[in-house]
Amino acid sequence: MQKFLLAVLVDNKPGVLTHVAGLISRRAFNIESISAGYTEEPSVTRINIVVSVESENELDQVVNQLGKLIDVIKIVNLSKAPSIERELVMIKVKATKEARADLVSIVDIFRAKIVDVTSENVIIELTGNERKIDAICEVLSDYEIVEIARTGAIALSRGPIPVKKM
Amino acid sequence: MRMNGAQALLECLKNEGVDLVFGYPGGVVLKLYDEIYKSKFPNILTGHEQGAVHAADGYARATGKVGVVIATSGPGAANLITGIATANMDSVPLVCITGQVASPAIGKDSFQEVDVCGITAPITKHNYLVKNVAELPRVVKEAFFIARTGRPAPVCIDIAANVFNTEIDFEYPEKINLRGYTDENPCDEKAVAEVVTAIEKADFPLVFAGGGVISSNTSNVLREILDRLGCPCTSTLMGLGSIEPEREGYLGFAGMHGSYGANIAIQECDLLLCIGMRFSDRVTGKVAEFAPNAKIVHFEIDPAEINKNVQVDIKVLGDLKNSLPLLRDKLNASETNFKQKFNSWLNLSVEKGNKHPFSYKTDGDNIKPGALISKISEICDKNTIAVTDVGQHQMWAAQFFKVQAPRQFLTSGGLGTMGFGLPAAMGAKLACPEKNVVLFTGDGSIMMNIQELATIADNDIDIKIVIVHNFILGMVGQWQRLFYNHHYSASELNLKRDFIKIAEAMGVRGYRLTKAAELEKLPEILNSKGAAVIDVYVPQDENVLPMVPGGKRLDQMVLS
Repeated sequence: MQKFLLAVLVDNKPGVLTHVAGLISRRAFNIESISAGYTEEPSVTRINIVVSVESENELDQVVNQLGKLIDVIKIVNLSKAPSIERELVMIKVKATKEARADLVSIVDIFRAKIVDVTSENVIIELTGNERKIDAICEVLSDYEIVEIARTGAIALSRGPIPVKKM
Repeated sequence: MRMNGAQALLECLKNEGVDLVFGYPGGVVLKLYDEIYKSKFPNILTGHEQGAVHAADGYARATGKVGVVIATSGPGAANLITGIATANMDSVPLVCITGQVASPAIGKDSFQEVDVCGITAPITKHNYLVKNVAELPRVVKEAFFIARTGRPAPVCIDIAANVFNTEIDFEYPEKINLRGYTDENPCDEKAVAEVVTAIEKADFPLVFAGGGVISSNTSNVLREILDRLGCPCTSTLMGLGSIEPEREGYLGFAGMHGSYGANIAIQECDLLLCIGMRFSDRVTGKVAEFAPNAKIVHFEIDPAEINKNVQVDIKVLGDLKNSLPLLRDKLNASETNFKQKFNSWLNLSVEKGNKHPFSYKTDGDNIKPGALISKISEICDKNTIAVTDVGQHQMWAAQFFKVQAPRQFLTSGGLGTMGFGLPAAMGAKLACPEKNVVLFTGDGSIMMNIQELATIADNDIDIKIVIVHNFILGMVGQWQRLFYNHHYSASELNLKRDFIKIAEAMGVRGYRLTKAAELEKLPEILNSKGAAVIDVYVPQDENVLPMVPGGKRLDQMVLS
């Protein structure tokens, strides 16, 4: 299985995320992650989708099927273009007095941040690519992880040309 | 002009050239129906919303125009679903207008509320929920544009009840402004040139026409191309009518119950020119071994169809309206004498086909379905529209009815919807009152929308309804006979139903034919004025043959 990150520009209308997500699931494509948000143009929403597919052919199918949706303005496969990919994770870890020092050094090594501390827990925030996030999750699994929230990957192309002009 | 939303909707429909809608009133569309009443807008009241949507579908298939259906919220809208899915699978342009509960009541599980946009998203090209009357004209304009252009398909407009009552200054937009959709589907000229080269190099080319030829109205161009090439040709079920049945080298339709000649030719050809089709599993048989010797060319408007089921060697994206004339011109400019080159291959394909033509055995004095449909085909004039339901009779109709022209064979191909036939035939007749319409249905299928007999009677819709009555759900029975040890589980219909009495009770004449000799009555019945049900008893154990069993190659047909 290969993973690809698609940047999908859509009309900012009610129901459009349902159309996109519904299409991917009913055509039996696998979504690894999906996230959506406003863009520099108020009328355009950007949906970032990571799909995992068996073949390039299946990827073409995903792109062509998405392209049929009327609300979809543009689809760019950013995994094929020079691009920067990031994901944000927040991890709530049980932090006993003894563990706290270890956690702080792990956070330092990963260049993560502790964004909340209580007598029992810390919340660690980390931005990075998927591999880095998987790695911190793995290291922290030696401690008691209470919960994890991940945004899914987003990406921008390098250089001056935005996705809408690609 | 100042008017309310209901009036505005009707104005939009008039602007789109809609001369007839099929619909069923209810709570949230009462205001709309009040304006329909006041403006005398033509509305056919069906017996069921499913009848209305299939009727709009039949109207659209027969004409190429957009069919329009109106239903109320909740159950009204839900009853459209099968019909919308049917139209979607066969690329039929529909605009489905449903009432929705008033804006403030949406999402509260209000009386007769259902999430129409949610339910219809997978079975429409696009859908809209209109909560603000100001959006209505733009939405209707876009809906018709989207339904009609590109690859045609249904579009739903769900309109909140308050929209009908709210006033606006009506103005119908002149322009469409859609960033993610265009009706321009230019063809790739280079690809067409590549196709011409492939044809010049081919020894055994076969032209394979699909429903796209019919929906793009390019059958004439296709026929010119066939004149030039002189190679054998076939069609899909949905492509019936794109090629005239008398054409030399026309092998009949291909697929699961297609002709021996067509299926063999597909497996033997070295170049398969697939035009406006989508490689349905009913057409390909075992997909990995479909046309194993052929370079496959795919002319197609929808990029998502390319390589979806079958990997193709040359794709020609674009509207057939653009690509086929270009292909014709480039072939005309070629120096190859195609006719001469392909003549022996054409003769060979035809000879092979002639070994096992569509046929039926005559024994005793019972009526064979093949004999019945052949007889009706002989009687009908060249402009007759044949409509079918779904099952054995559908395949017999495809095999034995000679479909002369596009839009004259209306059948639920993709979804295989029993109950499609009667309302679709009704819609076709209303769309084309000058043409004769004959429906082939079964004793199973007819029951699924039999209430529309009353609609036919009420509106004096002159269609001839032929029930191929075999006292079984025939296609189910055929599979049970062949693959399930003759266990006729839930398929036998040895009941006491009397279709003549049903017809008469609804206001339609009925006839019954039980012996072969009685087929002689058909000309008089078919040529008589007014709707009629013709209940024809046929043997229960007839199989539709040839048959490509599931998972088998096209050349592994069961022939007898």
